[in-house]
Amino acid sequence: MLTIKDLHASVEDKAILKGINLDVKPGEVHAIMGPNGSGKSTLASVIAGNENFEVEKGSIVLDGEDLEDASPEERAHKGVFLSFQYPVEIPGVSVTNFMKTAINESRKARGLEDMPANEMLKLIREKSELLEIDRKFLSRSLNEGFSGGEKKRNEIFQMAMLEPKLAILDETDSGLDIDALRIVANGVNKLKSKDNAIVVITHYQRLLDYIVPDYVHVLYNGKIVKSGGKELAMELEEKGYDWIKQEETV
Amino acid sequence: MELKDKLISSFLAFENQVDLDHPVHEVRSEAIKNFEAKGFPSKKEEAWKYTSLKSIEKVDFSIFPKETNALEYKDVKKFFLHEIDTYKIVFVDGVYSSYLSETTHDGVDVCLMSAAFSKPMYKEVIEKYFNKVASKDESLTTLNTAFSREGAYIYIPKSKAPRKPIQILHLATGNEAALMLQPRNLIVVEENAEVQIIERHQSLTTNEVFTNAVTEIFAAKDARVDYYKVQNDAPTASLVDNTYIDQKTNSQVRVHTFSFGGKLTRNNLNYYQNGEHIDSTLKGVTILGEKQHVDHYTLVHHAQPNCESHQDYKGIYGDSSTGVFNGKIIVDKIAQKTNAFQQNNNILISDKATVNTKPQLEIFADDVKCSHGCTIGQLDEDALFYLQSRGIPKKEARALMMYAFANNVLESVRIPELKVRINKLIASKLGVNLGFDL
Repeated sequence: MLTIKDLHASVEDKAILKGINLDVKPGEVHAIMGPNGSGKSTLASVIAGNENFEVEKGSIVLDGEDLEDASPEERAHKGVFLSFQYPVEIPGVSVTNFMKTAINESRKARGLEDMPANEMLKLIREKSELLEIDRKFLSRSLNEGFSGGEKKRNEIFQMAMLEPKLAILDETDSGLDIDALRIVANGVNKLKSKDNAIVVITHYQRLLDYIVPDYVHVLYNGKIVKSGGKELAMELEEKGYDWIKQEETV
Repeated sequence: MELKDKLISSFLAFENQVDLDHPVHEVRSEAIKNFEAKGFPSKKEEAWKYTSLKSIEKVDFSIFPKETNALEYKDVKKFFLHEIDTYKIVFVDGVYSSYLSETTHDGVDVCLMSAAFSKPMYKEVIEKYFNKVASKDESLTTLNTAFSREGAYIYIPKSKAPRKPIQILHLATGNEAALMLQPRNLIVVEENAEVQIIERHQSLTTNEVFTNAVTEIFAAKDARVDYYKVQNDAPTASLVDNTYIDQKTNSQVRVHTFSFGGKLTRNNLNYYQNGEHIDSTLKGVTILGEKQHVDHYTLVHHAQPNCESHQDYKGIYGDSSTGVFNGKIIVDKIAQKTNAFQQNNNILISDKATVNTKPQLEIFADDVKCSHGCTIGQLDEDALFYLQSRGIPKKEARALMMYAFANNVLESVRIPELKVRINKLIASKLGVNLGFDL
């Protein structure tokens, strides 16, 4: 589904990604772990098409299609979703209206009519129940005054609404208490299918107790330095990242 | 002939049309003398540094409107807030249109200045309030005073409120090649009374229109006034709006100014607080493009203790448009415990757009809270990316962000149908259809 080859990316002439290779197949869950500043969030942003980063070299291919020239919205229309570490506040635009706009823009891009209002309401009801989101929450301004946990839950609600092929969860566990973490992870697991794939970016192993990865990759200094199964995450939790750093230095 | 000379000579003709024995005429005569001495303000004056009337002064405007222009309601319906029932005071080329209007004397007076000037029953109110808060030396205000004859007259007696909001609409048909209008409004809201007013100036053609309006608002003790100015005029229409507000103890007056169009717009909005526990609110959303120009010049004079003022102006400037915000706050020595808040935020969406923003605080009391802030910036790229990553195209994403930026000004609009209309105007100004009513 997603094939990343020798990806190099920089911001303001500072190289951040220095040759990433990653292959994600439908139905798989990949975890990308690593110390702060290793390039995890940059990788997520670059896949989603953030124009603040310059792709110097390499390719990102989704279902056989090179994404190089695709804008962020075009990537979204093709099924890429990024759950943000720091979701942006949009005062005056309710969660519901925001979702309506997002869904109908995606439909428009695929040559479909707007989703009928009753269908939209049904979908919103269904997905908000999945994330245990209160109805009142949906009429609030997007992310405005939301707690850290509410923001993250709202990100996964958006994921549920948009039903992406490839979902990248960037530090979705940060700022979540254990109950919120369980709800969010539970939601993600219910959205998992044999046709979609999930890339979980996290510093800690905690989230991976709930969203169990098929593969774990360690990103350090802009490169994937180690890949393995879910046991690699345990090892990292136990030993920290220092041994990776040492191995790399040697 | 330059406009000033034409106006001075026209005053003689004007005197043939009005009652010279009416006490108001003395006020007019004084006013024309002041205007004759001062003339139009020039850019040399600090208050007019960023707004030039030079090009307007060169236009050969008709000063006296003709009475012949009839309009069909269906042709101008869209300029009314027609979704709800309202009283309407409508002028076509400066002349009252009884056909398009709906006035009342049912417990409150919603009618005309010409009637208030001529009928004995209004004499007392006119003597007590007319030209009492308007400036007697600001040249454009005195020019309006000199020619004051027609406009909206609204009188709300003690503890009364009209059954519905009032719309004041000034339409210009373009029957004259160039037309100058000088409406004069008087709004008196007595103790514990309440009123909601929506005002709009609209030119229907591309002929030049120059409006120099003066509105006096008196809010007595415990009175509540909501005034909405909708400025979305044709690209050949210019407006100088002079609004003077006198507030007494515990009154609340809120003016929202929506500036979305017109060639040149200058809003002189002046609040004078003459009592305690007064709330003065001034809010504005400005969205301009092309070569449009808006100058918001506000004054809040805190003359008594324990009062508040809230100013919040948001501006979005595209193309070669220019904007000015000059917010003056005076806190007299006696006005302790004043809480004065002022905020002006601007987004430039074009390299050629300009904004000048200037807070002017003159504080003579020592126990006050005064905060002010102004910003000029661009749209936040991270936020844009967030919206785009949800599949919302860049143009719509930008519009959503601009809407969000202006939103807290809209939150305080108390007429829901007006809020919907303003939201639609904003969406059309931003050139988007977001698929839902913002």
